[in-house]
Amino acid sequence: MAEIRVENLQKSFGSVVAVRDSTFTVADGTFFCLLGPSGCGKTTTLRMIAGLELPSSGRIMLGSEEVTSRRASARDVAFVFQLFALYPHMNVRRNIAYPLVSIGMARAEVRARVDEAARILRINHLLDRPVSGLSGGDRQRVALGRAIVRQPKAFLMDEPLGALDSEFRHIMCGELRALHDRLKATTVYVTHDQMEAMSLGDRIAVMNHGVVEQLGPPREIYDRPATIFVADFIGSPPMNLLACHDSLEPGRRTLRLGAAEIPIPDPRAPLERRDLILGVRPEHVRLSDASALRGEVFGTEYLGTTQIVTITTAHGTVRARLPSTQRVGVGEAVGLAFRTERLSLFDAGSGRAISAAPHDAAPVMEAVHG
Amino acid sequence: MAEVVLDAVSKYFGATQAVADLSLTAADGAFMVLLGPTGAGKTTTLRLVAGLERPGTGCVRIAGQDVTRAPPAARDVAFVFQQYSLYPHLSVFDNLAFPLRAPARRAPEPDIRRKVEQVAALLRIEAKLPERVTRLSGGQMQRVAIGRALVRAPAAYLMDEPLSSLDAKLRAELRVELKRIQRDLGATILYVTHDQTEALTLATSIGVMEQGRLVQVGTPRQIYEDPINATVAARLGSPPINLVPRSLFPHLAAPAVATRIGARTEHARIGRAPRCRAPTGATANGTTSGRVTWVEHLGDQDHLHLRLDGTEFVTLADPDAGLAAGDEVMVALENPLFFDAAGARVCA
Repeated sequence: MAEIRVENLQKSFGSVVAVRDSTFTVADGTFFCLLGPSGCGKTTTLRMIAGLELPSSGRIMLGSEEVTSRRASARDVAFVFQLFALYPHMNVRRNIAYPLVSIGMARAEVRARVDEAARILRINHLLDRPVSGLSGGDRQRVALGRAIVRQPKAFLMDEPLGALDSEFRHIMCGELRALHDRLKATTVYVTHDQMEAMSLGDRIAVMNHGVVEQLGPPREIYDRPATIFVADFIGSPPMNLLACHDSLEPGRRTLRLGAAEIPIPDPRAPLERRDLILGVRPEHVRLSDASALRGEVFGTEYLGTTQIVTITTAHGTVRARLPSTQRVGVGEAVGLAFRTERLSLFDAGSGRAISAAPHDAAPVMEAVHG
Repeated sequence: MAEVVLDAVSKYFGATQAVADLSLTAADGAFMVLLGPTGAGKTTTLRLVAGLERPGTGCVRIAGQDVTRAPPAARDVAFVFQQYSLYPHLSVFDNLAFPLRAPARRAPEPDIRRKVEQVAALLRIEAKLPERVTRLSGGQMQRVAIGRALVRAPAAYLMDEPLSSLDAKLRAELRVELKRIQRDLGATILYVTHDQTEALTLATSIGVMEQGRLVQVGTPRQIYEDPINATVAARLGSPPINLVPRSLFPHLAAPAVATRIGARTEHARIGRAPRCRAPTGATANGTTSGRVTWVEHLGDQDHLHLRLDGTEFVTLADPDAGLAAGDEVMVALENPLFFDAAGARVCA
């Protein structure tokens, strides 16, 4: 396994810039997710790492070797596609063995590697079956098996679960993460699904318009979005964004939103008067009669344990995730309060987050894998 | 818009029974969601209504008319598939206009333009109207496929996981749009999904299917709060309901035949355990003690994973509780659900 380094990578198709000056490092053994909406450049980035596209400029390092213009077949990476193309006339064993047979590996070695891959994926019992009769999940396991047997330096996966239905996707997500924990293989995984990225990734790069907008562990991306785009793309429903116009002097701990003074995290530097965006996640909104920030309940969406309550205010729409047991009526006038230490603040002009002192501290609740 | 009725419908593929004696009424203006695992017969049911499959026995009625033997084109339903099937040689506009230009119900061209533009605006693909559909992203193609159904005002819309290929943000937006469209048009929609958020937020009525059978029909709240068996209970809820042995909470009052307890987040009171207590197991005051193994961060919510006497127990984490891996906790249940050995619900 190896580290992957991407330096100032750029790719244009005619006049369209698909990837714009990307630089990032995928540490050895990391599960790295490239996340973003369709057309953001995530697949193009992955295809350049794989050698399926040549960059317009920039460098790609695989371990200590530069592979920027090396052919795909000479890169020692395994690519797993969304539409897993298995050979329909071959059984499972021959499908998995194919990459090894095609490079002329000795039969005993091939057999040992296929058995090992099948054991890891728990599909030993399927080895002699034709692939045509397999379920979607099993077909995907076979496709993964074909990547594993090669023992490559890295796995590159392009929405490998996209073709599965949502139920299987969830199961396969768990399997992929468990597989990664066993193999500790460097993996770059492309997805538009934030839940997949959140539950799989050690680190996530969020891309938009060919640019990596933020790179960090899932928790950091969620709690401290670096840009308005990330705040709005991550979360379901996404972060509420409320517009205001204010300045931050030293010692000031509130932000004026109409008639309300909203307590905010201690900003690290003073800020002159400008257009600001206050960001608050739906789960950090409470209804509070005492609050001067007023709104009217527009609608409620029942989700079982919780409900999403949509509230219209003079500063924009706010969605709150509240317990289903809390009675809320459409048309009701309500006051809104936010969990202060979890608020984000953005400069409306640049779209970038304004850092606050509490953001230096560790998150309140640490997620630990395993 | 119209009522859609399936009356004692069965469908075999060879020896496999895909749909078993299924009776279901989607009232005029209902948003009926069929929910169930892969292979439960949801899609086959939808195809039976569309006329893409013919039932072995039973009948299908749309707006009071028996259409069991009628071909798809005679049924006045609009179908949106999971796998969008667009005309690759046509523009987005012409794909959307296609159903309106069908010889059977040809509309005047200015009307077609107005309708197409209106639907394109709704689905936010106005700017793409002149483009070839092959130039679109997957999400955009899927919106064109939905739009092609929406340009018409059929007796019913039939939708098979229409949002599953879209990213979360777009899915959430289109969910709201679909619900609004359905309310505004008074449309009857039969909608197949695995996604419980879609089922809970879209449906006026959910039909839960298992192995070709319709197991329970009710409002989202009824299905969630009052499931008739353990598998229905496990279909809704995030995190899923904890189905634990009755013996895990020996001091909890329960019906004699109950072998399992179903406990959701709202049924569990979780508190920090006092320092000097045995590590795990039941205690005399009705609580069971255990340990936090993992706080899972999922993007829209945090899940608290506990281990209670060897059994995993997962709830929605309360952000105010501040629990972390390794913490000792006490769990008490209030009004949980009970199930017998066969999985049927038994009431306390």
